[in-house]
Amino acid sequence: MVNHADLSEKFNVDEPRVNWHDETLWWVRQKRDRAAKQIPEWEELRSVASSIKDNVLSNLSEYLAEFEKNAKQNGVHVHWAADADEHNQIVLEIIQSHGIKSIVKSKSMLTEECHLNPFLIKNNIEVVDTDLGERIVQLAEEPPSHIVLPCIHWKKEEIGDLFHKHLGTPAGNADPIFLTRAARAHLRKYFLSAKLAMTGVNFAIASTGEFVVCTNEGNADMGAHLADVHIACMGLEKIIPERKHLGVFLRLLARSATGQPITSYSSHFRKPAEGQEMHIVIVDNGRSRQLGRLDFRNSLKCIRCAACFNTCPVYRRSGGHSYHTAIAGPIGSILAPNLDMRNYADLPFASTLCGSCSNVCPVKIDIHQQLYKWRQVLVEEGYVTKEKSVAMKTMSSVLSNPSKYRLAGRLGRWILRNAPFLAKNRWNLWFKHREMPEAPKNSFREWYLENKVNKK
Amino acid sequence: MSSRDKILSAVKSNQPSRVPIAEINITVADDEDLKSKYLRILESIGGKGQIVDSCDEIQKILSADFDPSSRKIAVGRSWPGFAESFSAAIDPHQLENVEVAIIEAHFAVAENAAVWVTEDRMGFRALPFICQHLVVIIPEQHIVATMHDAYQFIGHREYNFATFIAGPSKTADIEQSLVLGAHGPISMRAFLLRQE
Ligand code: SF4
Repeated sequence: MVNHADLSEKFNVDEPRVNWHDETLWWVRQKRDRAAKQIPEWEELRSVASSIKDNVLSNLSEYLAEFEKNAKQNGVHVHWAADADEHNQIVLEIIQSHGIKSIVKSKSMLTEECHLNPFLIKNNIEVVDTDLGERIVQLAEEPPSHIVLPCIHWKKEEIGDLFHKHLGTPAGNADPIFLTRAARAHLRKYFLSAKLAMTGVNFAIASTGEFVVCTNEGNADMGAHLADVHIACMGLEKIIPERKHLGVFLRLLARSATGQPITSYSSHFRKPAEGQEMHIVIVDNGRSRQLGRLDFRNSLKCIRCAACFNTCPVYRRSGGHSYHTAIAGPIGSILAPNLDMRNYADLPFASTLCGSCSNVCPVKIDIHQQLYKWRQVLVEEGYVTKEKSVAMKTMSSVLSNPSKYRLAGRLGRWILRNAPFLAKNRWNLWFKHREMPEAPKNSFREWYLENKVNKK
Repeated sequence: MSSRDKILSAVKSNQPSRVPIAEINITVADDEDLKSKYLRILESIGGKGQIVDSCDEIQKILSADFDPSSRKIAVGRSWPGFAESFSAAIDPHQLENVEVAIIEAHFAVAENAAVWVTEDRMGFRALPFICQHLVVIIPEQHIVATMHDAYQFIGHREYNFATFIAGPSKTADIEQSLVLGAHGPISMRAFLLRQE
């Protein structure tokens, strides 16, 4: 079974590259900070956003029904998918009912989560991802490594080589402007010929039945407005009650994601254009189950800005693919075990629990606390490897018993001073990649007691 | 039971007890003149903007910037001899070679330089995206401070499709280098038109 530690080890083979990855993401995080600081009411916005989502989660079934009713009144076809398979089947049926063989798709992490592309390809449908970053990873036959910056792990020279191979650009040209223009020309052909376009959904408004799609590239709009059929796929947690709530979320989303004041386009789709057909697929795929998990339901507030990725010291130094799931990073590590505890039991451990994610999250999800809670659940349910589970159980027994704790401390210091090989060996997973400290003679407690006595 | 009913009942039985909706009561400091803030932010996101007195002035500026033979299309007021007027008789795919599209927005938002455009102001929905260069005219008085004000303005107005446009299309997917002109317009130019 793949796990985060092994995959990160692979990613860490090339140290300068890891440093570059780390610094690039930190730079994005800093842009977020600068944007947030320009808004004096930033913290207030985060609180309001979080509490709007509290209301949404507590009233979700009613809002979903209201959204459906209004969308239908707007002339939009509404479909419901209990899981990924049903989602994929619905999409395929719409495509096939029009006799279409090739579609364009703008960024949708939900379709990644459902593994739609391989499914459609298996059914002889050509899918062209039109977001530049997604097109790059698609040509490279890889999944995106980041939900906002899909090819953040790629160097421009490598993209130059990839485009040389697939788009026929001159070998050795790695100029971002040149390559972007080449992709623009390449994808325009698809926009102009596609009969069906798929998009994701950033927000769906219950009271009007409209949905909002945000992009910088304009690819969602190019696809949707030039095609005869538009399919928009959304997770059922994307609902917000009214238009005015967009004011809050659109102020937060792009600033948190890339430090921009807003994305270039925030398009509000309410009714299909004349002669056009519009579909919405509302997907559960584990979300209703997560809603019932008291400790984890807040993860459904996520607006997919990726601020928690960019700030995470583990993500920055292990790369998106090490999470082996469509949505990587801290939030992905909370969402994935809900879908499959066995396969993703490693992910809540891929964190230092430093709390930086929770500090930047625009909807104030207690991300690091949820990661910590998942660890308890996974150990309890027996999904964690023997070494880790023994270590965790021992640690909790030691930490909850003062005399055991003191004994353990004395033992540890004695070992590090007198028999360091017992700690500094390859069986101690903690020692891997870490220097063990020189151990002091006394614990803080011993030092404190001694000094207190001396002073008297 | 259909998937719909199964999903809705699972959601219903798992959702927490009702939490009232929060009021949006956010006070914003109005520290800067809205026009100058709008123009400053627009520039920072790769757009260009200026205040003008008349459409003649706009035409003069655009004539200097764009080849007279390039295809220009306008929605709203007419620009005889300069830009063709939008006609519903064509297929949107024929907009492929439009060099410049001139549209009129309802209002602009100072905090992020977005302009609000509804479908009736676009002619075709595809127009503001498929053109190479986008020109947007906004009445000088129609600038709001924040997105909260924007949605207050929009209220319950009807539209079939509408969008906020902020600057040209862009991407930074290649090593985080910002490139203007991804799939939509390569440039975006805004004119704040003084009351004629
Ligand atoms: S959990 Fe918060 S910070 Fe992370 S992607 Fe979601 S909204 Fe953004």
